[in-house]
Amino acid sequence: MVISKKPLQFIIAALVACLPLLSIANPTVDTVKVATEAAHNVEAKEHGREAETANLTEEQKADLERKAHIKHHLMDSHDFTLFTYGKEGEKHFGFPLPVILLDNGVHVFSSSKFEHGGGVAESNGNYYKINHHNGLVYRTDAEGNFTEDAKGHVTNVKPLDLSITKSILMILIVAAMMFLLFSGLGKSYKKNGSIATGAGRFFEPIVLYIRDDIAIPNIGEKHYKKYMSFLLTIFFFIWFLNMFGLTPLGVNITGNLAITASLALITYLITTFTAKKDYWGHIFWMPGVPVPMKFILAPIELLGTIIKPFSLMIRLYANMVAGHIVLMSLIALMYTFNSPIGSPLSFFLAFVLSLLEILVALLQAYIFTMLAALYFGAAVEEHHHDEHHEAAHH
Amino acid sequence: MEIPKIIGAGLVVIGAGIGIGRIGGSAMDAIARQPEATGKIQTAMLIAAALIEGIGFAALFAVN
Repeated sequence: MVISKKPLQFIIAALVACLPLLSIANPTVDTVKVATEAAHNVEAKEHGREAETANLTEEQKADLERKAHIKHHLMDSHDFTLFTYGKEGEKHFGFPLPVILLDNGVHVFSSSKFEHGGGVAESNGNYYKINHHNGLVYRTDAEGNFTEDAKGHVTNVKPLDLSITKSILMILIVAAMMFLLFSGLGKSYKKNGSIATGAGRFFEPIVLYIRDDIAIPNIGEKHYKKYMSFLLTIFFFIWFLNMFGLTPLGVNITGNLAITASLALITYLITTFTAKKDYWGHIFWMPGVPVPMKFILAPIELLGTIIKPFSLMIRLYANMVAGHIVLMSLIALMYTFNSPIGSPLSFFLAFVLSLLEILVALLQAYIFTMLAALYFGAAVEEHHHDEHHEAAHH
Repeated sequence: MEIPKIIGAGLVVIGAGIGIGRIGGSAMDAIARQPEATGKIQTAMLIAAALIEGIGFAALFAVN
């Protein structure tokens, strides 16, 4: 039994590692030069940059196309497209999502009206279109024209967008999944006399690791309990989202600044509102240093409280985005080389990097949880500086 | 303005690389001396590396 499981584990690991290849190797970056060129010319005219692109060689154009494709993958979208096919990428396989806009009243319609970014959607007499550059929805005229100022910023009215986008749908799915999984696990302990069964055998050591090696050493025996639910939630939430980012669904949720910012904001709020007297004492009136230094240290320490969650936000975002960009660039190598060497090379590199990305997915969840625990620990720590003082003076 | 920015970001990334390399190397030394403390050393190593990495990414972010 044990031996027969090993190859299976390897095959599953290999399959999971190959999944990103499926998700990102879309034919928009095809070597069918005619198709890409035609598509690119249309795009160039739309942007009013004919003069700029006319001088470029075919290679440079293909290069731009790849960059646009990678950028597009990193953005959130209003419809769930699994892959695009057809000579000019005109056929989409996926499903539309609801668009909810607040613009003098609520507008609710299906994102199929946008026709994957090309169409103008009409709702209660207003016209909306997705801007090609930033993926945001703007109110336009009936033809869907955008007005731009001298710097190229869109000056159209931007309604408040509360749509269920691809990222939000995936967050809801992960949230539902986590709720069902962990509430089911909790119940199973009651039934089996506190012995983990099924998926619990996999998750129990992880939960225990977070408690025994992250929460207790950093926060302390006394206070760790009230933070456990948050630490566990944030760990599994980030981990699952990171892992979903490696599947063919082609989502990039933790590589979205808004989402990492909200995670960091929650951490900041919890740190601030559960902080004990000593924490504030260390910020505004650092014990054990001369008085002039206290005045210098106070603003630095105060700034530090904001920099900490900010670095949490940037770290997760940048790691995930960097991983996705490198992976997609390696896959794009096969179009860059355009020779029999390119494909195996690109496949091999992407395969190895995918394995690394699985590690990074776990590591980033771990680091986020670890640092959150560290900040909570600093907030509730009780110092005994007075004795040190006395000792230092004598 | 573009080129000084890029050079600056490059310098920061070199600095971050050296920093993380030194952390990794020192952690290796420490583990070799005290294999029983591997867990604690790894934790401290990851935290320190993550803090430096944050600065490196902040630089890339500023260029972007």
